[in-house]
Amino acid sequence: MIDIIIGILSTIGALSIFFASLGILRMPDFYLRLSVTVKAATMGVGLLLLCAAIIFPDISVSTKAIAITFFLIITSPIAAHMIGRAAYFTGTPLWKETIIDELNGMYDKETHELKNEKQVNMAEICGDEPDQIADTEEETK
Amino acid sequence: MTLEAYFDYFILPVLTISVILVFIRLIKGPKVVDRVIALDLIITIGIGIITIFTIRSNQKVLLDVAIMLALIAFLGTVAFSFYIEKREDD
Repeated sequence: MIDIIIGILSTIGALSIFFASLGILRMPDFYLRLSVTVKAATMGVGLLLLCAAIIFPDISVSTKAIAITFFLIITSPIAAHMIGRAAYFTGTPLWKETIIDELNGMYDKETHELKNEKQVNMAEICGDEPDQIADTEEETK
Repeated sequence: MTLEAYFDYFILPVLTISVILVFIRLIKGPKVVDRVIALDLIITIGIGIITIFTIRSNQKVLLDVAIMLALIAFLGTVAFSFYIEKREDD
């Protein structure tokens, strides 16, 4: 009985890791790649660690496995947020089919802070800044 | 089919193929940020492989390596993004 549970959990974990790696290879854009990677890989590794916690009848292994899962769930969104922010500031282009880029012109390029409402309206009056949406498919591939 | 054979002949090959697919992105990624997230994903999959190997070889000590790899992946990504953001200021 417990073998079947472990088989199901490890299958779901391995397949979600596989889909994450397929997504990082096939998605057309850095931001889409980032959004695929973080969630699916964290869930897959968490399920595999849960299998190890069930199999070993030892409390130290279960504690370690749960600690690793907890650490991954806490830290991977922070890392994804920081690398996404750095990518937006360094001008990584968005996919060419992107409909709207709501951050366009909202950030102060010098201090890396969000502008307030008044300055945003001034920027809109003075003229649009160039957007980061790519013109061709090849730029983001 | 026993659970050991299932781990050996299905789970570990799927994880290995995943690492190979991510490695293609690590080589070809057009920007440096693509390479950073590919490296992060490789280390995360490595934690999964270490976990399965811990189960198969019955060596509980190997989970300590997984803890350190999780820490290194997080600190590496944060440091990379910090310095990439600083580099563009100059």
